[in-house]
Amino acid sequence: MSTEISVDGIYRHFGAHTVLDNVNLAVRPGELLALLGPSGSGKTTLLRLIAGLDNPDQGAIRFDQYNAIGRKPKERGVGFVFQHYALFRHMTVFENIAFSLRIRRAKKPEVQARVEELLKLIQLDTLADRYPAQLSGGQRQRVALARALATQPRVLLLDEPFGALDAVVRRDLRRWLRRLHEEMAITTLFVTHDQEEAFDLADRVVIMNGGRICQQGTPIEIYQTPSNAFVHEFLGESNKIPAFARDGVVQAQAGFALGRAAAEGELTAYIRPHYIVPATNPDGAWKIARIAATGAQARITVTFGDTVLESAMTADAMLAAGLQPDQNADIAITGGMLFDAQGNNPVKLLPTLATRALERVV
Amino acid sequence: MAAKNILIAAALAFMTLFLVLPLIVVFSEALAAGVGTYFTALVDPNVAAAIGLTLLIAAIAVPSNLIFGIFASWCIAKFDFVGRNLLITLIDLPFSISPVIAGLLEVLLFGLNGLLGGWLSDHNIQIIFALPGMVLATIFVTFPFVAREVIPLAQEQGNDEEEAAVTLGANGLQIFFRISLPKLRWGLLYGVLLCNARAMGEFGAVSVVSGKIFGQTDTLSLAVESLYTSYEIQAAFAVASLLALLALVTLVLKAALEWRHRDELFATRRKKAA
Repeated sequence: MSTEISVDGIYRHFGAHTVLDNVNLAVRPGELLALLGPSGSGKTTLLRLIAGLDNPDQGAIRFDQYNAIGRKPKERGVGFVFQHYALFRHMTVFENIAFSLRIRRAKKPEVQARVEELLKLIQLDTLADRYPAQLSGGQRQRVALARALATQPRVLLLDEPFGALDAVVRRDLRRWLRRLHEEMAITTLFVTHDQEEAFDLADRVVIMNGGRICQQGTPIEIYQTPSNAFVHEFLGESNKIPAFARDGVVQAQAGFALGRAAAEGELTAYIRPHYIVPATNPDGAWKIARIAATGAQARITVTFGDTVLESAMTADAMLAAGLQPDQNADIAITGGMLFDAQGNNPVKLLPTLATRALERVV
Repeated sequence: MAAKNILIAAALAFMTLFLVLPLIVVFSEALAAGVGTYFTALVDPNVAAAIGLTLLIAAIAVPSNLIFGIFASWCIAKFDFVGRNLLITLIDLPFSISPVIAGLLEVLLFGLNGLLGGWLSDHNIQIIFALPGMVLATIFVTFPFVAREVIPLAQEQGNDEEEAAVTLGANGLQIFFRISLPKLRWGLLYGVLLCNARAMGEFGAVSVVSGKIFGQTDTLSLAVESLYTSYEIQAAFAVASLLALLALVTLVLKAALEWRHRDELFATRRKKAA
C-alpha cells in the first residue's frame, strides 16, 4: 500500500536564518505532489527533512502514523534523486543501480535480476557497463531514478529532477516519469521552481515562499484561485494595474474600466496577457504599440497614456482581427484577479462587455 | 608552424640534457667495469643492509602519510572548522623548508641536548642516529605528497555521492570504503607513488639524523654519498642505478595502471571537464 506522509509544525533554522517557518503538509498515499517555489523558499530543505538527510528543529514528520524523526532514510523507506544526480562516478551504471541491494547483502542472482529489470524500465539495458560520465544528462537522470527505485522505496523524493536538462529531454522525461508513477502508484514528491513542470506533472501542487506554504491544491485550483498576489505572479506573467472599486465597478487609477467585482476601495488588478483582447477601432483610446509573433503565439503591446499593457493571443486570432502596429484600438478585459495593498484578499475580476476606455473619473 | 617545431625541439633538447643524459650516465658508469662487478657491489653486506633499511623506512613512512592524507582530506573536504585554512597551509610546510633544516630541528628536539633529549635518554629511547629518527625525518619530508594530491580532489568532488549513499542505506563504514575511498583512488595512487619515490630517495633530512653508520643507519641515498666520497665510484653508481631503477619502475607502474583502467579514467576525466 502507498504511504501517507504528514508534516506538522516544522521549523528549521540555519544560524539566524529561518528556512522553514511552521510548515504543515499532508501528502496523500500514492499521489504525485510538486513543491513549487522560487530559490530560497525552503522547498529543498523540506524535501531533505522528509528524506531524513536533515532534522527539523521543531515539529513532527510521520510516515503512516509512524514518527519518522530520528530515523535514517533507509528505515523510512525513501528513494531520493538528487538535483545533480550524484551518481557514483567510479561505478558502472549496473553497479550504481545495484549499490543499495549489495549494501543489503542481496544474493547475486537476485541483484542481477532486479538490476536488469530496472535497466529495462529506464530503457538503458545496453549501457549497463558505461560509467556515468559517458552518459547524457537524460540518461544519468534515469540511472539516478533506477538507483533510487532499486529497493522498492515507499516514498520517492526528487530534487529539481529535470533542472539540468534541455527543454526537449525535459518534456520526454516528464511524460515518462508520469507514466512510471501511474504504474507504480508510489507516493512521490518533487521539488521544482518551474511552474509549467509542476502543473504538467503533479496531481497537487504546493507553493512555497520564504519558508512557508502559500497555497496547495490541484493545478487548476491554484491557477484559477490564487490565494495571494505572490502566487498569482509566480504562476505566470500578468499586468499589474493600480485600481479602485466603487459600487461593484472596478476602474483603473489611470482612468479606464476594468470590470466588475465584489470589492470596495483601493486595489491592485492582476490581469494575465490572454485576458486582454485588443480590437481595432479608429476611434479607440488605446494604441497598438508593438506586435511580436513567436510561432503560434502573438504578443501585442497596447498603450493608454502612460499605461502599457501586454496582451497575448494566438497568431491566427491576431491575423483574423487584423491587428496592425500604430492602429487605434479598444481592449476588452475578459478576466483577472484583484488583491489588496498587502497582496491578500483575492477577489475575481468579472468582465464587462467590450469596454471602451472611459474618461478619467475623479 | 615553424614556431611550433622550434618549441617542440627546445622541449625535447631540454629533457634530453636534464633527464635522459643523467639517467644514461648513471647506468653506463654503474656497468663500466662489467656486470660482474656491478652485482658484486650490490651484494656487499653493507649495501644489502642499506637496501633493507630504505625499504623499511618507506614501508613505515608511506602508509603513515597515506592514512594522514586520507584523514586530512576527509576533514578538509567534509567539514568547515576553525583552523581549516591553517591546516591546509601547514601541510605545505615540508615543501617550503629545506630538508636539512627539518633534520636539524629533529636533532634540536630529540637529540641528547635537545628539548626532549633528557627525558628520552632517561627512558632509554634513542631517536636520533637510529631508525626512529630516520623514519620521522622521512615522514616529515614526504608529508605533503598524498595530502596535496587528495585534498583538492576531495574538495572538488564534494559530498553529494556520500549523501546519495546515505539515502541508499549505507552506513558510515560502507560509505567510506565503497564511496569516499574509491572515488579518491587515483589521487591516492599518484600520491603514494610520489611519496614512495621521495621516501626512498630522501637525503638531506635523513643525512642529518642518521649518523651514517655504514651498514647500520645508511640508506641507499646515503650509501651513494659515502661510497662516492670514499672513491668507490663504480659501487656508488651501482647503488645510484638502483634508485634510478626505482624511479623508472614507479613511472612504468603508473603508466600501466592508467592504461589498464583507461576506460574509467577517461570517464572520470571527461566528467571533470564537463
